[in-house]
Amino acid sequence: MRRFLLIAIPYAWLTVLFLVPFAIVFKISLSDYAVSIPPYVPQFDWAEGIMAFIRELDFENFVFLTEDDLYWKAYLSSLKIAISATFLTLCVGYPIAYGMARAPEEWRPTLMMLVILPFWTSFLIRVYAWMGILSNEGYLNQVLLWTGIINEPLTILNTNTAVYIGIVYTYLPFMILPVYSALDRLDGSLIEAAEDLGCSRAKAFWLVTIPLSRPGIIAGCFLVFIPTLGEFVIPSLLGGSGTLMIGKVLWEEFFSNRDWPVASAVAVILLLILVIPIVLFQRNQQKQAEAEQ
Amino acid sequence: MNRLSWFNTVSLTLGFAFLYIPMVILIVYSFNESKLVTVWAGFSTKWYGELLGNDAFLSAAWVTVKVAVLSSTFATVLGTMGAYVLVRGGRFMGRTLFSGMIYAPLVMPEVITGLSLLLLFIGIGIERGVMTIVLAHTTFSMCYVSVVVSSRLVTFDRSLEEAALDLGCSPAEAFRLVTLPIIAPAVISGWLLAFTLSLDDLVIASFTSGPSATTLPIKIFSAVRLGVSPEINALSTIMIGIVTVGVISASLISKQALVRQKRDEQAAARAQ
Repeated sequence: MRRFLLIAIPYAWLTVLFLVPFAIVFKISLSDYAVSIPPYVPQFDWAEGIMAFIRELDFENFVFLTEDDLYWKAYLSSLKIAISATFLTLCVGYPIAYGMARAPEEWRPTLMMLVILPFWTSFLIRVYAWMGILSNEGYLNQVLLWTGIINEPLTILNTNTAVYIGIVYTYLPFMILPVYSALDRLDGSLIEAAEDLGCSRAKAFWLVTIPLSRPGIIAGCFLVFIPTLGEFVIPSLLGGSGTLMIGKVLWEEFFSNRDWPVASAVAVILLLILVIPIVLFQRNQQKQAEAEQ
Repeated sequence: MNRLSWFNTVSLTLGFAFLYIPMVILIVYSFNESKLVTVWAGFSTKWYGELLGNDAFLSAAWVTVKVAVLSSTFATVLGTMGAYVLVRGGRFMGRTLFSGMIYAPLVMPEVITGLSLLLLFIGIGIERGVMTIVLAHTTFSMCYVSVVVSSRLVTFDRSLEEAALDLGCSPAEAFRLVTLPIIAPAVISGWLLAFTLSLDDLVIASFTSGPSATTLPIKIFSAVRLGVSPEINALSTIMIGIVTVGVISASLISKQALVRQKRDEQAAARAQ
């Protein structure tokens, strides 16, 4: 009895507040828009049963998504931004993780805490901090104008460049930590062996260190890519009107246009796109866990 | 591998500068006299005073703290149960679904979680307010607690529990007297994680709150959309300060606990 309750309580909680809501999103994505409260015509009526539901099923909202090229472009540009930002984060994060792994033993806990600390600080505040730096009269332009590197202030805020900077900045700890933990476990004698056998330092790094840190790189890339794809705060604060990201489109569809069926359809497709990287990520984690045992 | 090359030194310096300079600028300019945020006009704490006089911010802060305390407490209880079921539950119907439901919210885009919960609340006709935000936050943060606690439970020596049972403890007593004290650090860090996640959340709170409840992130977001403001800088500085003190003291506490545990283990080894 006690065991039953122990399993049943969290199970029931997650079913009601996680699984059922998804079923509702899916259901509403198949219903029609209506000017009312709530603004949709329920497609599914328990009394009519499932057969009637299947007969009347229509994918009108999904067809709409393919017809209006705003959505196409938003998905593609989210994918493009997420992929490039992940790559940039890797390029920035890897040298930091590498430096941490080679730092003296007694520094490492402090360095580790310095990486984790920003992660605990409000996401919103960290994104907001860049608004003051990147704006036309912002600190970056002030410094660049003062040093005479540029004569005209650069327009960075409200462009995609600002979005990339924001993503790299906020997601950097997610990249550094898994890469660092992979590098930390790396056996230093392997590199010495490579060097003894005639590899240059750069070659040893390329042929030994990088391949052995691959699980960390893969984990870090997924940890950055997956949340970035549906990101809302960064494109809406740092991006401009030209920044198309699907999280922002969904938000506007819901709060500004109040078209719930289309917003739900946007969510369903985003989820379908995310299923692939999520499954791959879990495989990678499992493989790593098995390799450790 | 204790050979810091010049490349390592440069990348560490630049990397940490990149992570910290934006926050340092934010903190420094929160003490700026001028209303123009980007122009320095002398030291002043007037924006902190203004912030304390701003009722809208204060009431939003109060709602946020209330939501965070309630949701992280519920999440800790439910998440610890979830972790226990995952690690010790054995086989039961729908186990795969259960572990899927624990891990899925961790990678779910916030816009989808928010949207789906809002549709649920409207569907069953609950009025949106503090309670719906608490329900939403509990749901996603219990999964984080589960992950943190289950990673501790996996490495836990089960024979200690069995010994307690052999010596006449009931399962509940064994849990309270043996298991809980051992997994306590993980449970506490789970609570802290849930608490900060809740303090931080903008997207899910925006979807699930009603006109009666505005949290601090919602308030900050709507203010920030109009541009940089010295009051928000002051508010951010306070929040960064709280988090810094929290994280540093938590790491000191866990360090002490580790030292104490090591000492206990050595004492136990000597006693044998």
